[in-house]
Amino acid sequence: MAQYKMLDGNGAAVQAVSMADVKVVAAYPITPQSPIAEKLSDMIARKTMDAQFIRVESEHSALSCALGAQLTGIRAATATASVGLALMHEICNAVSGMRIPMVMPVVNRALASPWSLWCDHQDSMAERDSGWLQFYCENVQEIFDLMLMAYKVAEHEKVLLPAMVCFDGFFLSHSMQKVLVPEQEEVREFVGPYQKKNFWLDPADPVFINDLISLEEFTEMKYQMMKGFEAAEKVFADAASEFESRFGRKLQMLEGYRTEDAETILVGMGSMTGTMKHFVNEQRKQGSKVGAVKVTCFRPFPAKQMKALTQNAGRIAVFDRSAGLGTMGGPLFHETLSAVGSHMIIKNYIGGLGGRDVSPATIRRMYEDILSAKTTSNVPVWIDAKEHPMEIREVLRYV
Amino acid sequence: MYKIETEAKGLVSHGVNACAGCGLELVFRTVIRALGEDTIVIIPPGCAALFSGIDNVTNIKIAGYQCNLENTAASAAGVRAGLDAQGNTHTTVLAFAGDGATADIGLQSLSGMMERGDRILYVCYDNEAYMNTGIQGSGASPYGAGTTTTPAGKPTYKKDLLKIAIAHHIPYAAACSAANLPDLEKKVKKAKDAKGPAFLHVHTPCPTGWAYPPGKSVEVCRMAIETGAWVLYEYENGRITVNRKIKELRPINDYLCLQGRFKHMTKADMEILQNETSCRYSELLASEG
Ligand SMILES: Cc1ncc(C[n+]2csc(CCOP(=O)(O)OP(=O)(O)O)c2C)c(N)n1
Ligand code: SF4
Ligand SMILES: [Mg+2]
Repeated sequence: MAQYKMLDGNGAAVQAVSMADVKVVAAYPITPQSPIAEKLSDMIARKTMDAQFIRVESEHSALSCALGAQLTGIRAATATASVGLALMHEICNAVSGMRIPMVMPVVNRALASPWSLWCDHQDSMAERDSGWLQFYCENVQEIFDLMLMAYKVAEHEKVLLPAMVCFDGFFLSHSMQKVLVPEQEEVREFVGPYQKKNFWLDPADPVFINDLISLEEFTEMKYQMMKGFEAAEKVFADAASEFESRFGRKLQMLEGYRTEDAETILVGMGSMTGTMKHFVNEQRKQGSKVGAVKVTCFRPFPAKQMKALTQNAGRIAVFDRSAGLGTMGGPLFHETLSAVGSHMIIKNYIGGLGGRDVSPATIRRMYEDILSAKTTSNVPVWIDAKEHPMEIREVLRYV
Repeated sequence: MYKIETEAKGLVSHGVNACAGCGLELVFRTVIRALGEDTIVIIPPGCAALFSGIDNVTNIKIAGYQCNLENTAASAAGVRAGLDAQGNTHTTVLAFAGDGATADIGLQSLSGMMERGDRILYVCYDNEAYMNTGIQGSGASPYGAGTTTTPAGKPTYKKDLLKIAIAHHIPYAAACSAANLPDLEKKVKKAKDAKGPAFLHVHTPCPTGWAYPPGKSVEVCRMAIETGAWVLYEYENGRITVNRKIKELRPINDYLCLQGRFKHMTKADMEILQNETSCRYSELLASEG
């Protein structure tokens, strides 16, 4: 029988890793991920989890250890946040290029500089082209659920790509919530035993992996990865229906919330989508035809589904929790815009950076702005910036 | 899986694409022969990656993978943990990396691995520069050596990598040389059975980077030992043993004059290096026991 447990986001990630038959954990502490590293090492030391813990000296080594371990034919795990993920960048590409279906919780935190301990999506957005699947969680239950889904989708032979399960630092990582945790046996049946599917290290059947590739084959190998992402949409859908029949919860790459007849649609990711849904409900009570799209799966980006969910709306407001500097808007905006086209009014809102709360008031401001917009705009609105941002700590004396 | 078409002699194919006279080739063949096929090898970028192969052709019949430049030790530690988790304690995990990948960019992950005590056999082939990228200076390039990034000769001393390894209290560490393959083989076998990290630092002549005729690799490397520029010694159970004691060191110039990389050294520079070399040799002798 599944049981309710009080878990914070880090605890839910740990719970999933510990139930997924992971045999090697290598992790390096960083706020707000540290409790994951501590808890896993503690469980391994107490033998409540049957695995090896490698106390690495950096995130670069953490992912490198996990890569090497998983190549021997077992599940390996690590977890990180912020600059830790940035330090892993080189190895992120090695893991995906070697088609190692590793699953990694990423606790979203801003990237320095300036230093910030708090949430935004810049860390994982900077890895959006590193060849990993990326899932974003709304609440703590979803962290647990999407971790299990990540193993299932990543390891599918048509996909064979690693997956990041991203969740908002502090807002989720340190928020205690009620989580329905299935029995170990139920998890085992869903996730399945780890199967070596591509290359692995075996002295009895030697293969040398990851040597230099000439221009003859490099493009084709990247093409194969692209096909993996392409396949992931169907694999996700199949895994989600199996998940629903086993555990009773519905998971979707994109969740349309009251979008059927919505004239205005708000698009967001992560914990803010809970607030968006709340806002939609409040507005609906007053007769406004507003809905929301929660983007759970950012990689692959389900463009067709986005188009289908938004086709009848006249206005779309996309909220990005990363700055998208030097371009027309944040990454979620760009994806949404290319998916839906610009026959409706679509605008980008930047906010929630460095831990600033995305409150109902922020969402209301965005909603009011999109309602009054006359045309699509390629200039993002910094929706929660203070009134005279250039007066804070002079950046340029002559601006 | 790739099909291995022919049973060539040994585990390293004949005719690899190293330069003629490459000392690294000698070292690699010797290490692999001593370890046998129950080995997994991790090789970072650098000249040793010539053995990884290109495209769907590899030069070795050993399981392994090419890691990144900084993470040879961490990669090996992961492989070890993965094998241990499956009850395989017999396979040797060999990290085989150049001086750049070891003493410079990979020093942090190496230090982490040695401090944790992971059971890895780490071989650093030291050709004293970043050869594969075009002979740039490394922390292991010796004083005075000309490289493409120290065109006027390196103004600082060679990083003492073996001392750094020993400072981690690992069970076994040794200096080896391409000029003495029986000694190298003996040390590889000892290192293989160490109860934790074992570190072999192998002086590896490189005709291309050191600028001497390809036929003279062994001679040059031997002269390094005769002059004290390289000392064969071991660290085992907390004790240092100098394996080959030289009654009277030959002048350092006997080693330098064989190679083009030292040709712009002044007399004063040579004296500085002579002093450093003699001091280091006496210090090592004094630390024995
Ligand atoms: C992060 C990173 N920086 C730079 C390089 C380029 N690079 C490849 S091999 C190499 C030098 C390796 O030197 P060493 O380890 O001494 O091996 P050698 O080429 O001398 O055999 C460098 C700098 C790289 N592969 N990765
Ligand atoms: S550059 Fe030096 S180490 Fe590299 S293959 Fe040539 S001789 Fe060997
Ligand atoms: Mg070198």
